Amino acid sequence: MKYRIFTKRQLVARILLYLAVLLMLAFTALPLIYVVLTAFKPLDELLRFPPTFFVSRPTMTNFSDLVTTLGSSDVPFLRYIFNSLLTTVITVFLSVIVCCMGAYGMVKHKVPFSNFIFLIIVSALMFSGHVTQISNFMIVNSLGLVDTYWALIIPKIAVAFNFFMVKQFIEQMPDAYLEAARIDGAGETLIFTRLVMPYLRPAVATLTVFSFVNNWNDYFSPLIFITKEQLKTLPLALQSIGESGNIARAGAMAAATFLMTLPTILVFSFMQRQVIQTMAHSGIKA
Amino acid sequence: MNRKVSALVSKYKVGTLFFLPFFTLFVIFVVLPIFTAIGTSFTDYDLLNPGKFVGLSNYRLLLFDDDIFVTALKNTLVFALFSGPIGYLASFFMAWIINQLRFKSVFALAFYAPSITSSVAMSVVWLYIFSSDRYGFANNLLYNMGFINQPILWNQDATTIMPIIILISIWMSMGTGFLVFLAGLQNVSPDICEAGQIDGIRNRFQELVYITLPQMKPQLLFGAINAISGAFGVFDIAVAFAGMPSPGYAAHTLVAHLYDYAFVRFEMGYASAVACVLFLLTFFFGRICMKVFASND
Repeated sequence: MKYRIFTKRQLVARILLYLAVLLMLAFTALPLIYVVLTAFKPLDELLRFPPTFFVSRPTMTNFSDLVTTLGSSDVPFLRYIFNSLLTTVITVFLSVIVCCMGAYGMVKHKVPFSNFIFLIIVSALMFSGHVTQISNFMIVNSLGLVDTYWALIIPKIAVAFNFFMVKQFIEQMPDAYLEAARIDGAGETLIFTRLVMPYLRPAVATLTVFSFVNNWNDYFSPLIFITKEQLKTLPLALQSIGESGNIARAGAMAAATFLMTLPTILVFSFMQRQVIQTMAHSGIKA
Repeated sequence: MNRKVSALVSKYKVGTLFFLPFFTLFVIFVVLPIFTAIGTSFTDYDLLNPGKFVGLSNYRLLLFDDDIFVTALKNTLVFALFSGPIGYLASFFMAWIINQLRFKSVFALAFYAPSITSSVAMSVVWLYIFSSDRYGFANNLLYNMGFINQPILWNQDATTIMPIIILISIWMSMGTGFLVFLAGLQNVSPDICEAGQIDGIRNRFQELVYITLPQMKPQLLFGAINAISGAFGVFDIAVAFAGMPSPGYAAHTLVAHLYDYAFVRFEMGYASAVACVLFLLTFFFGRICMKVFASND
């Protein structure tokens, strides 16, 4: 630990700096703290005038309301949570495997035209996914996958961003490791599962975070691919409760917002260290 | 000849096998769709009947007869030109400051958290703050301070919709760039900073401009490219805050227009033309960033 001795002027500057940062963090964090507090407010506090920020009598009723009263449209709320979790977990899992395999193949072995292909992948980082959604819809439609879970999974496995992150990371891996294993007679599958994947752990953690966040929050894909109520995911369900404008549902809405927000923040805070470690290699040299 | 083929096969076999799953899915769902979109944009196609080639007429309609498209284009550009650069600069500045503080990871989490939230979920909070009656925080505050007598109709008035969507999306989008920059700053070697001090770098700002920034070009580019694709793809938050269609089309963006024609009216040709415009815009700005942040080595 290194201690510095500040002059008086430096100390004042330091305090002002911390104050400025705290102000900025208030802007980013207060709405989120508000989500948490609101989820535990009883209905009379939710509708109080003037509005309050803090909760005075915390309760769990909003959560039990969410599970019971929202079953009105034949689909219990838990089903939306299940749909979101299932499609997100499968997409994350497949995307991590497919992108790691691809990056390993491209970096540590030879792939024809790999420079040109990588250039295309970098270009794909530039445009928003909405551009390809029309064609994706036509493809998914012709495969007969509209209104299935697969429609939410298959188009989002090969993501340029994910591939890019792993590729940058795996370039740091020393070839000597792999050579040694090959001399010992290890097959390629064994090398990939026992050497490469463990080495990639920080990158895998990072992909898991980003992929989880993107798919959990995705509103556009289920909007175009899913019409059956029992297959809808949380963002769609939340949107429709919000639109109904039913004041009695304010509590359930607060609880649903909380449940929608919590998982991504938890996942990120568990893996924060690895994410930053991976992001250090994320730059693009143009 | 045969030997040549088998040499090629053994050279590329393993790599290609590992790469193939990604490649196949990437081509089907990312690369080909760009070309299909370009092709479809010259046709009249409704998913049921075979497409009819109509030349440039979709684009002619789009640019000269579709006032709502022009509004959407204008909204998207205004949105992107404000939220992109402001979010980008703010996130770099915060990364630079937070990197010099103690309790870095707590600060980083608090700053990053909004960008991993769902815009649909967060619009609930923002609608509560900017609710159009006196129950809303913003109206309540302004009323108590005596600035207004009547509540401002934040999400119904065409003049307030866009600024608020910009504010919300800056709030939500600063994080990705922030993480990239924070990671990049930790890479900047302290040796070069010390060398700089010997060479006459006097304060932190000089250090930032002459030493830190040039070393961070790759991260700056990555951050910029993410900012562009995010800024031009604005949709969820606009719909969640102002509805669709929004009052006076004040929150109507290119993606909203695309969604409307593709998945409500099923006019795939016309919607593809919108997609192509969006594609060209992001690509154009992306190329500019590539030029600006080109690494010299």
